[in-house]
Amino acid sequence: MLLFIVKRLLSSIPTLLLLIIVSFVLMHLAPGGPFTSEKDLPAAVLANINAKYGLDQPWHIQLWNYISSIIFHFDFGPSFKYKDISVNQIIAQGFPITMTYGLLSFIVATVFGVSLGISAAVKHNTWLDYLAVGISIGAQVLPNFIMAPILIIIFTLWLELLPGGGWNGGQWQYIIMPVIALSTSYMASIARLTRGSMLEVLNSNFIRTAKAKGLPMRTIILRHALKPALLPVLSYLGPAFVGMISGSVVIDIYFGTGGMGQFFVEAALSRDYSLLMGITILFGVLTILFSTIVDILYAWLDPKIKL
Amino acid sequence: MVLFNKKTMDDVVDNLSNPDLVKGSSLWQDAFLRFRKNKAAVSATVILALMIILSFVGQWFAPWDYETIDWDLMGAGKDGGQPSLSNGHYFGVDNLGRDLFTRTLQGTQVSLLVGLLGTAVATFAGLFYGAIAGFVGGRVDNIMMRFVDILMSIPYMFIIIIVMVVFGRSVNLLFMAIGLFAWMDMARIVRGQTLAIKNKEYIEAARAAGVSGMRLITRHVIPNLLGVVVIYTSLLIPSLILTESFISFLGLGVQEPLTSWGALINEGAGQMQYGTPWMLAFPLSFFVVGLFCFLFIGDGLRDALDPKD
Repeated sequence: MLLFIVKRLLSSIPTLLLLIIVSFVLMHLAPGGPFTSEKDLPAAVLANINAKYGLDQPWHIQLWNYISSIIFHFDFGPSFKYKDISVNQIIAQGFPITMTYGLLSFIVATVFGVSLGISAAVKHNTWLDYLAVGISIGAQVLPNFIMAPILIIIFTLWLELLPGGGWNGGQWQYIIMPVIALSTSYMASIARLTRGSMLEVLNSNFIRTAKAKGLPMRTIILRHALKPALLPVLSYLGPAFVGMISGSVVIDIYFGTGGMGQFFVEAALSRDYSLLMGITILFGVLTILFSTIVDILYAWLDPKIKL
Repeated sequence: MVLFNKKTMDDVVDNLSNPDLVKGSSLWQDAFLRFRKNKAAVSATVILALMIILSFVGQWFAPWDYETIDWDLMGAGKDGGQPSLSNGHYFGVDNLGRDLFTRTLQGTQVSLLVGLLGTAVATFAGLFYGAIAGFVGGRVDNIMMRFVDILMSIPYMFIIIIVMVVFGRSVNLLFMAIGLFAWMDMARIVRGQTLAIKNKEYIEAARAAGVSGMRLITRHVIPNLLGVVVIYTSLLIPSLILTESFISFLGLGVQEPLTSWGALINEGAGQMQYGTPWMLAFPLSFFVVGLFCFLFIGDGLRDALDPKD
């Protein structure tokens, strides 16, 4: 087991390096530098600025400096647009917010999705099942960027119950709508997956044996059916996490929550390369870390995988 | 010992050699029959076809085109910008006074185009990559699939956005970028199927007949993979349309005056506090109906091509 974990962790290093190199190369292919603007700077000034940010060195040295400062000092460099603020400070400001509603959405999607899926499968072909299937089909076409404006129309403009945006230190009124908008479509997918695999498990031989033994339905589901039914769901959690991370960009823009996504889009529009890269790499590390955890959990739970 | 009646045997031979009598139904014919029985899938196909036709011919029936500004209605919002038959703005106008009907049709074209072309790029790349990896096997397979694993754990949405920022925003680039990040799933699925196919007797027979290399893959392996590929492709189209809408929603995709579902929804949603719900409602319903159609067609194809399910 320990060997597997170490191996899995080691194998995520090339992924990370590839991510850094790809985004670095992309940035350097871009026409114009970060200090190109309509007003031409005198050549000497430009050379000075480039020297200050290390942009006058050959690109492989720049890449090495960038990677080593991230690894050894956890330093993503200065932002090219926000003066006197480093990428680290921006991350420190936005990251906790993104993480708060991101994790909440993830928990909501998983818990509600799994319970909806299980109850639909157990009450197969009843109104509850049809309701669950209906919700999960409908929510497929309601991704976060559709949910967000709809929620604002209903809860802010019509019912006037919830504030339409802002963060306000993370008060619950400000968290509700972002979490619903971000989690709905993933909750639907998780519910559909859970229902499918639960139905398959409930029709298998060992469940029939358990029923023949006279075990109560509750015990059968919780003790015997749940674990094998959740394995396919577990492998979906990785992609769901990636999707939520990207979705946080929409949430930040829509609800003005002040998380990382807002900075990402602003950086994209103003060509703030160091900030763009910093955020991409941070999110990349998160996704890679998360998929590693999911893989390890999977290997631990699935009796068919021998370590 | 059973003695065969010579006459019966001859009849059987005759019958078997007569193509009219022993006409078998191929997998594709079977699948088509099953698909035709699926009401949801058939109506989705019809609706989608109508939507595509409308998106191309609709502007001939509208007095306005998608980029002309109606100066009388510029910024009119809820005082005159509503959908109306009399002034020719069937879906109303957007906040700049451009006709929303033709804009929605134009956005439909772009969104469907990006979905289809992106899927074509992804399918082509994934099909060949997966088939080669699965067919060659061994260390090549290991390296190729390891590379796919690496790519798959990269949050591709951010890379697409960086690509759009770096190389300038255009529709062509958008579908290339989206397609290039969507082929990995296809490659995995195709590889799995290829592993199952490559030890079948007909591949052995083809080898014995002297077929080898790329020709074996293109003539014998890929045609037998197509069922799975078609199913997955039909599900990939809506997910790529979603990706495109997401990027255009952020304002990083298709650029003005061209538009797409995501961009229109973004504009409509930005205007909704001024009491102009039609700006969101029309693009949104096209988006929802279009996606539903693709999802139902995908489900229908899966039921039709995968009889065991």
